[in-house]
Amino acid sequence: MSEETVNHPVTAKKVNPQLESFKQFWRRLAKNRAALIGGIMILFFVIMAFLGPWIISTFTDWEPNKTSVANKLQGPSAEHWFGTDSFGRDIFTRIVFGMKLTLYVGFLSVFVGGIVGVILGIVSGYYGGKVDTIIMRLMDVLLAFPGILLALAIVAVLGGSLTNVIIAVGIFSVPAFARIVRGSTLSVKKLEYIDAVRALGASDFRIIFKHILPNVMSPIIVQASLRIATAILTGAGLAFLGLGAQPPAPEWGAMLNEGRQYMYEAGHVALFPGLMIVVVVLAFNIFGDGVRDALDPKMKK
Amino acid sequence: MTKYIIRRLLQTIPVLIGVTILVFSLMHLVPGDAAKIIAGEGASDQTVENIRERLGLNDPLYVQYGTFVGNAVQGDLGSSIRSGRPVMDEIGARFWVTFELAFYSTIVAVFLGLIAGIISAVRHYTLTDVTVMIIALFGLSMPNFWFGLLLIQWFAIGNWMPESLEFLKMRPSGWGDDWRQVVLPVLTLGTGGAAIIARMTRSSMLEVIGQDYIRTARAKGLTERIVVYRHALKNALIPVVTVVGLEFGGFLGGAVLTETIFAINGMGRLTIDAIRTRDFPMVQGTVLVISVLFVVVNLLVDVSYRYLNKRIDLN
Repeated sequence: MSEETVNHPVTAKKVNPQLESFKQFWRRLAKNRAALIGGIMILFFVIMAFLGPWIISTFTDWEPNKTSVANKLQGPSAEHWFGTDSFGRDIFTRIVFGMKLTLYVGFLSVFVGGIVGVILGIVSGYYGGKVDTIIMRLMDVLLAFPGILLALAIVAVLGGSLTNVIIAVGIFSVPAFARIVRGSTLSVKKLEYIDAVRALGASDFRIIFKHILPNVMSPIIVQASLRIATAILTGAGLAFLGLGAQPPAPEWGAMLNEGRQYMYEAGHVALFPGLMIVVVVLAFNIFGDGVRDALDPKMKK
Repeated sequence: MTKYIIRRLLQTIPVLIGVTILVFSLMHLVPGDAAKIIAGEGASDQTVENIRERLGLNDPLYVQYGTFVGNAVQGDLGSSIRSGRPVMDEIGARFWVTFELAFYSTIVAVFLGLIAGIISAVRHYTLTDVTVMIIALFGLSMPNFWFGLLLIQWFAIGNWMPESLEFLKMRPSGWGDDWRQVVLPVLTLGTGGAAIIARMTRSSMLEVIGQDYIRTARAKGLTERIVVYRHALKNALIPVVTVVGLEFGGFLGGAVLTETIFAINGMGRLTIDAIRTRDFPMVQGTVLVISVLFVVVNLLVDVSYRYLNKRIDLN
């Protein structure tokens, strides 16, 4: 937690402290080149996810699920920019339509996991004692399942579908948020002004939401953007294993799995969905790195 | 130190209890009736009842949990529903395959990651540093199963090391006898970890290089080589140790994807096949074994971290 956000200068002018720190946040973020590049890339992908399918269906006759056996496994051409798959479907169109699914998995799972994790982390750090011990031991248990295994076990129970992947990856993200937010809450809680607010008679609820949460926001944002990257990779991995979105959904991991059999004769079928995963995940990683540098002066060298 | 180890050991007990409860719950969290799902559609009531009886699903939950843990401690994880063989035997046959895969991958990740991280730190803010870090960022962002497929394709097209592609044949158990068959899976699994270790090493090195005692060492007139390798690296590596342990554990879990691509008969594939065929006791068994192993690895990492750190304190 940066000192600056906490003790930002209060001038005689009446300022809204939250608005000020928000502005400060944007100023610092805009100055960081990595955050800017990553942010622009993410924005582009989001726009593509929502406008892309509309543009394609309005201006062209391309369809993500239109099969054409005569055109199967064709390499990239002017007609099929990324070539066609084993059913003769246009890979470019499928990738554009699949963008939304990838972002869904990334954003929704981290959103769900983030909210649960942040609440657990704040409660744990703020109240301490037995509550803290129980919550943190619980997080230890979730962290005892390495890598993709926890998400895999959850999907094993719930069954393979896009929604279940989001739930699984969401649960998988909870401990990371809880740990980081707990740590930040502990350091914010010690600050004098929290004591002052409490002396003024503020309720715990008010202290947590009005005073602690805004001050632990920056580690949460950093964690969220890096976590979305992990979530997309994990979701794609589950789909690749056939445990995610079911065919014919144009999910990139699932497309990779379909393309796998044609690695030798038609490598492009698996190449493009994989490349898209890399680019999107890269954008979130670059953004996360940038945000961390911008918000955490300690990390800056 | 002994006190710390004992305290740390005691701390793992609630975690292990939690892990067993969670793994035990897997079968009970299945939407609908686990016995019916296992029996498959169109099974007679009698078959479903038999399965329920065999899995002890009619007992009260706490009895079932007690039996589960009691048996697990004695190395009995029940029998596979599909093959009928004891789960522990199936795991035993494949355990070392996955362990070896994760172990070699860790070595590759540490080797590549350390070299890249040190080069980057020593030449920080040069073109070399930027290039290495961009590559690391790509390594971090790449789905490793996709990278594995690309490797297969490149090696096949370039006809490099044809032996390495022998992997694609199904093996009844264990590794082949040719080391070249290990190359591609290990590269696939290890690269992502190398990226993480490179980034970690770089930032840790930079932090150490900025410290007073390094300036003192330089002021003493020691050569840059000695300063970097003898003074800075030793301390910079301590936080890296933690990551290495985590990576090894991550590889154990991540082996699921790598083993699927290369048709390696390890625990990862066993898990996936069990999930696909809804062989719940097998899923429980593999998940339990991998996570307990991960808990043990973490314990060792924490203890060694503490040990290394203590030596610094004394110095």
